[in-house]
Amino acid sequence: MRNSEHRYGYWAVGFHWLSALTIIGLFGLGYWMVGLDYYSGWYKTAPALHKSIGLSLLVVTLCRMIWRKIDTQPEALQGHTKLEQKAGHYTHHFLYFLMLVVFVSGYMISTADGRGIEVFELFTVPGFGPLLENQEDIAGEVHEYATYLLVGLALLHACAALKHHFIDKDETLKRMLGNKR
Amino acid sequence: MKRVLLGSLLVASLLSPLASAANYTVDDKGAHASINFKIKHLGYSWLTGRFDGFKGQFSYDPANVSASTINIEIDPKSINSNHAERDKHLKSGDFLDVEKFTRASFSSTSVTDKGNGHMTVNGDLNLHGVSKEISIDVLKVGEGKDPWGGYRAGFSGTVKIGLEDFGIPAKLGPASTHVELELHIEGIRQ
Repeated sequence: MRNSEHRYGYWAVGFHWLSALTIIGLFGLGYWMVGLDYYSGWYKTAPALHKSIGLSLLVVTLCRMIWRKIDTQPEALQGHTKLEQKAGHYTHHFLYFLMLVVFVSGYMISTADGRGIEVFELFTVPGFGPLLENQEDIAGEVHEYATYLLVGLALLHACAALKHHFIDKDETLKRMLGNKR
Repeated sequence: MKRVLLGSLLVASLLSPLASAANYTVDDKGAHASINFKIKHLGYSWLTGRFDGFKGQFSYDPANVSASTINIEIDPKSINSNHAERDKHLKSGDFLDVEKFTRASFSSTSVTDKGNGHMTVNGDLNLHGVSKEISIDVLKVGEGKDPWGGYRAGFSGTVKIGLEDFGIPAKLGPASTHVELELHIEGIRQ
């Protein structure tokens, strides 16, 4: 269940791929929903889903970050250069940072007038009201650009993993697929 | 001769505030004025909102109504329909495009007195980068001293404008192609 010095445990692997799939899904959903016609049947449902899934992923991400602190961090692979290790390290931290920026800015769009956010029509996460003037516009721009940056960086992160797998033929990607060595 | 001329100038300067139109500043600071709008939602009800940020002046003379003028400047970014997400959309390129068109304004060109406090105010409305002549039906609500040493006059006006006339793509369906503006303007005499 836990990580060891050489491999990622089920929790870390599960968190990673759940986040990856959800973020890709949220990105597609968000991109598609802002272009919807007013008379589309999805006009109200798609943003409601986007917010519900987004807030759920925030909870998952907070648990993931706590778990990451508690759990052992596997050591970097021996074959990786110092530069690769550093680049990987900073990329991972920046990915976490961007995720938080996207979560917070998204929350701030919908709660800019103090309205709460309904999660899957089950309960409402309260809004704290406006913290900034024209909050919905500012938060909207931050949400948009931070998301593009997050997705771009995640793409780079995926390319790096594929490079390690196919070119360097090392364990980098296999470790994150739960492979036991 | 010189004394007569001086005397008549003095009399004229004393009388002139009564004879000519008085200038008023719209009381936006005390929020005794509002620029409201309403548009049909799906054709089933009215959606109302307003522009919170605006300023203006007018001149008005009850003895010569047609000499009145009014200028109003509106901050389109201040649109408020009591729903931040909707306001964000209304401010975007889909509607008002407030990043590009940072100001809206109305300047009267002529006023027609229709009697009993009714008048038509014609002028240019500049909205979404498009300037177009509109005619506002106006009713004087009242005028007089206020309890704090000032003098006020108030009017209300309505006008219906087409979204596409101002280059705003009408995306809200066939029942929602026009917006009705409801103006409530109270001015403090300067």
